[in-house]
Amino acid sequence: MVNVDFHIDQGEIVGLIGPNGAGKTTFFNLISGALAPTSGVIRFKGEDIAGMKPYQICRRKVARTFQLVKVFPLMTVFENVVLGALFGSSGARGGGREKAEAEAMEQLHFVGLAAKKDLMARDLTVANQKLVEVARALCTKPEMLLLDELVAGLNPTEVDQMIELTKRIRDRGITVVMIEHVMKVIMNISERIMVLHHGEKIAEGTPSEIASSKRVIEVYLGT
Amino acid sequence: MFLAIVAVASLALAPHYLPDFYVTLLSSIFRYTVLTVSWATFCGPTGYISLASAAFLGAGMYVTALFGEAIPLPVIVVLGGVAASLLALLAGLASLRIKGIFFAMFSLGLSEGLKDFINWWEMVKAGRQGRLVISASNETIFYTMLIILVMTLLTSMLIRRSKYGLALRAIGEEEEATDHLGVNVNAVKLITFAATSFWIGTTGAITVTQFSYVDTQVAFSVFYSFVPTVMALFGGIGNMLGWILGSFVFTILTELLLTPFPYFYMLIFGTVIISVFLFFPSGLVGLVTRWRKRERVRPNATL
Repeated sequence: MVNVDFHIDQGEIVGLIGPNGAGKTTFFNLISGALAPTSGVIRFKGEDIAGMKPYQICRRKVARTFQLVKVFPLMTVFENVVLGALFGSSGARGGGREKAEAEAMEQLHFVGLAAKKDLMARDLTVANQKLVEVARALCTKPEMLLLDELVAGLNPTEVDQMIELTKRIRDRGITVVMIEHVMKVIMNISERIMVLHHGEKIAEGTPSEIASSKRVIEVYLGT
Repeated sequence: MFLAIVAVASLALAPHYLPDFYVTLLSSIFRYTVLTVSWATFCGPTGYISLASAAFLGAGMYVTALFGEAIPLPVIVVLGGVAASLLALLAGLASLRIKGIFFAMFSLGLSEGLKDFINWWEMVKAGRQGRLVISASNETIFYTMLIILVMTLLTSMLIRRSKYGLALRAIGEEEEATDHLGVNVNAVKLITFAATSFWIGTTGAITVTQFSYVDTQVAFSVFYSFVPTVMALFGGIGNMLGWILGSFVFTILTELLLTPFPYFYMLIFGTVIISVFLFFPSGLVGLVTRWRKRERVRPNATL
């Protein structure tokens, strides 16, 4: 990736779009530590986090979900979620088991999965598995949450639920950066949108600015 | 809990009412149980199949062979464990980043490489093939093994019930996601690998006192690397009961078959193991639970 200068302000929802292969997930992998950048700086709250390990970045309060769901299939929903509370930024400081379990239950209620807490994660629908990922990420007590295609493959009702959930997460004061292909979602809830193409940032602005940008339309529709 | 205390107490009295043969057999069962439980506590949930158990056992044996005369036995046994843990730390540092079959092969290679290295050292540098070892009485071996067994089971339970036990399972299922949830996966893997290897080392240190002589072929026999895997799968990899049951039945089976069929026992053995794997993939424990479920369902079926 080259020339991606960006900043994200606290408490906003930022959308990240771009054609397939534009480098959106790579961008997330760089921020969350799955990949180490070869050059450049990534600052979170003033601290350079470039090249840190994923667990270190998680404990610095940046959490993420995955484009292809990565729940722990043979663990219960509760076990999936409590792990984040046990080891995330709160758990690492020795929060204790009871506190972690209470935290996990709270997040399960928040995403609406409390009734399914004893089911194996693999037995859930894709939509619910994505909710497990969100609850699990929230359990690590993030200040910034990276959502990688939260609504891909979901039906319209589920999409609406996810939009509403994303807004509620923002209302808790958590900054949200989301990769999304579904325009309805991205236009509806982003306060700002960044457009990537071939690993470069080609546009940035409010949803209406992006929708009318000639360069963006060229990239998406071809010239 | 009560049952466990009764079991340990009655085992502790065994040398007083059982003939020598059975005391040795029990020591042997304890040994394989320690190997299997230690192995399965780390390898079961994570799916990192280590074939390096022989290296940890052999390290313990050589600690006794080298220092047995100079240092009292209890200290030697602990030192054997320390040696195995250090070895596991080194091995883990070099290999726990690689996964699946590659890790299995790497750990096997490590174990075999260590065997060859020590063999070379002994032959070329020290000018000998093996070493004489201090011997301990059957009873000493029995009680030491009993203590090691209890400690191994406690360690395993402690790890499995702690948050690190949950992390190990998560690593086995989706390592990348575990990392992103704040788990220092490499540290968790390394520390639990070293901790579970400790008791294998202590086992080696006490076991070798039975042999009176040790060389690399005995100490680092590849048999010990495969046996925990087979026993755990045989009993049922999912829980501790399976590991204990697997080691118990397996050791007794060996003893029963070895004397009457010295030439064919491996063949019979292989057939038994393959049958279990083919027909009861969740091991002996799976067999028992299946049978109990059927018993429970039957009365309902008549309604």
